[in-house]
Amino acid sequence: MNLETIAIILGGLTIGSALMVIISKHPVRSVLYLVLTFFMISANYILMNAQFIAIVNIIVYAGAIMVLFLFVLMLLNLSRENEPKSSIMVKLSAVIAGGTLFTVFIAALKDGVAVAATTATDADSIGLVENLGHLLFTKYVLPFEVSSVLFIAAMVGAVLLAKREKQIIE
Amino acid sequence: METSELIEKFIVIVILFTVSLGVAAYATYFERKVAAWFQDRIGPDRAGPFGILQPLADGGKLFFKEDFIPEKAEKWLFILGPGIAMFVALMTGCVIPWSTALEFGENIVEMQVADVNIGILFIMGFLSIGVYGIMIGGWASNNKFALFGAIRASSQMISYELAMGICVITIVMMTGSLSLKDIVVHQHGFWADGYFTWNVFKQPLAFLIFFICALAETNRAPFDLPECESELIGGYHTEYGSMKMGFYLFAEYTSLFISSAVIAVLFFGGFNFPGMDNFEGNTLALLGIAAMFAKTFVFIFLFMWIRWTIPRFRFDQLMHLGWKKLIPISLINMLVTGLVIAYCEGWFN
Repeated sequence: MNLETIAIILGGLTIGSALMVIISKHPVRSVLYLVLTFFMISANYILMNAQFIAIVNIIVYAGAIMVLFLFVLMLLNLSRENEPKSSIMVKLSAVIAGGTLFTVFIAALKDGVAVAATTATDADSIGLVENLGHLLFTKYVLPFEVSSVLFIAAMVGAVLLAKREKQIIE
Repeated sequence: METSELIEKFIVIVILFTVSLGVAAYATYFERKVAAWFQDRIGPDRAGPFGILQPLADGGKLFFKEDFIPEKAEKWLFILGPGIAMFVALMTGCVIPWSTALEFGENIVEMQVADVNIGILFIMGFLSIGVYGIMIGGWASNNKFALFGAIRASSQMISYELAMGICVITIVMMTGSLSLKDIVVHQHGFWADGYFTWNVFKQPLAFLIFFICALAETNRAPFDLPECESELIGGYHTEYGSMKMGFYLFAEYTSLFISSAVIAVLFFGGFNFPGMDNFEGNTLALLGIAAMFAKTFVFIFLFMWIRWTIPRFRFDQLMHLGWKKLIPISLINMLVTGLVIAYCEGWFN
């Protein structure tokens, strides 16, 4: 089994589990398949020798964000019966919008596809944490800091919303 | 990877697997003996001399009980829940360095399954996955008490992961590496340059917070709210019976063992011990294993000691402690550590 075959099998599994997210009838199952998809994406990162990004992907998305998703879904306890029904027009427009986004992605990634499977060599250590940290704090320091400001804004927003709720109750 | 290397790794994995399960099984026995000791009782003493066959008897009992799935439960998820819990608990052991390398003639066998350069993040990652075992099991049971337990478990684990992560960052800042092996090697020996080398003496506050968070992450008393029997019957495993129930309990004791080992590695020098420079080769490796396990068992005992001493927290007290006390303290601790490191590197001259 060479890397090429593994990459193809893994790609198939990733797309398969991503499809199951949409096909599953039950929201909780969808979320669980989404978690599986994140694991598959992490496996793809590891195939490209990007260990740090792979594990951070699991910690942040599978370990924190998806747990919150699951948390909310379990609290609401949505089931097929009381799921809000959307009209045919909403569904149609959603398909068109999603399809357009998909087309744009395909167009944008058309030239970059061939790179992925060939970068997985031991000599290539661009995804390892030392190099990544070095790049983040030298070449990409401005985008890095700006995105951290964005996170602080989101946190402040969440605290503000929580506080306002409390005042109404009092 | 060559075949001999593959076989060697396989043997190390099998040994680690057996030892984890063995320690977890006997931790249940020691828990009962320790509890008995604290409460001035005798504890289990019927199965074998001093009751040492008690874990086998318990396991056998769980195996031969009727294995059923509630009618309204989600069948596959109900089975998956305990599986995930057990899988995650066993996986984290593979990045822990148990000792220095053993030599067999020309073969050098590392006492670690995988020295990945993101070791500590691997453990944090699997810790955060661990909550799925409880959540899936609790939700799939289709029982409100189980669901309450699952929701409590998830919010508790997310809250305490933050403070725990910040404590890990302070240790990583001091070591300059995410690899657990590097963290242990950095604490070589016991005394160097006029001070202790172990991280606990340099970061006592981080150790304390990490220890409290480890209690919460393994759902041990005083933070065992997900299975709080006086409020929730049995919490997330209310509907479970037979060996599925056994898996949840076993996973709890396995993670107790692994988190004790992680505390030993991060703060108490792992396989380092005072006067280790007088030994070399296989003697050093074997003494290292002994030191590592001695430290781990001390922490397992400490976990049990706390369980049978301190009463359970209320849920709002738990959240208050996590978010309003531990996170700010660990953030300040991290900032001070950063400033000290910057000062030592001569940034302010």
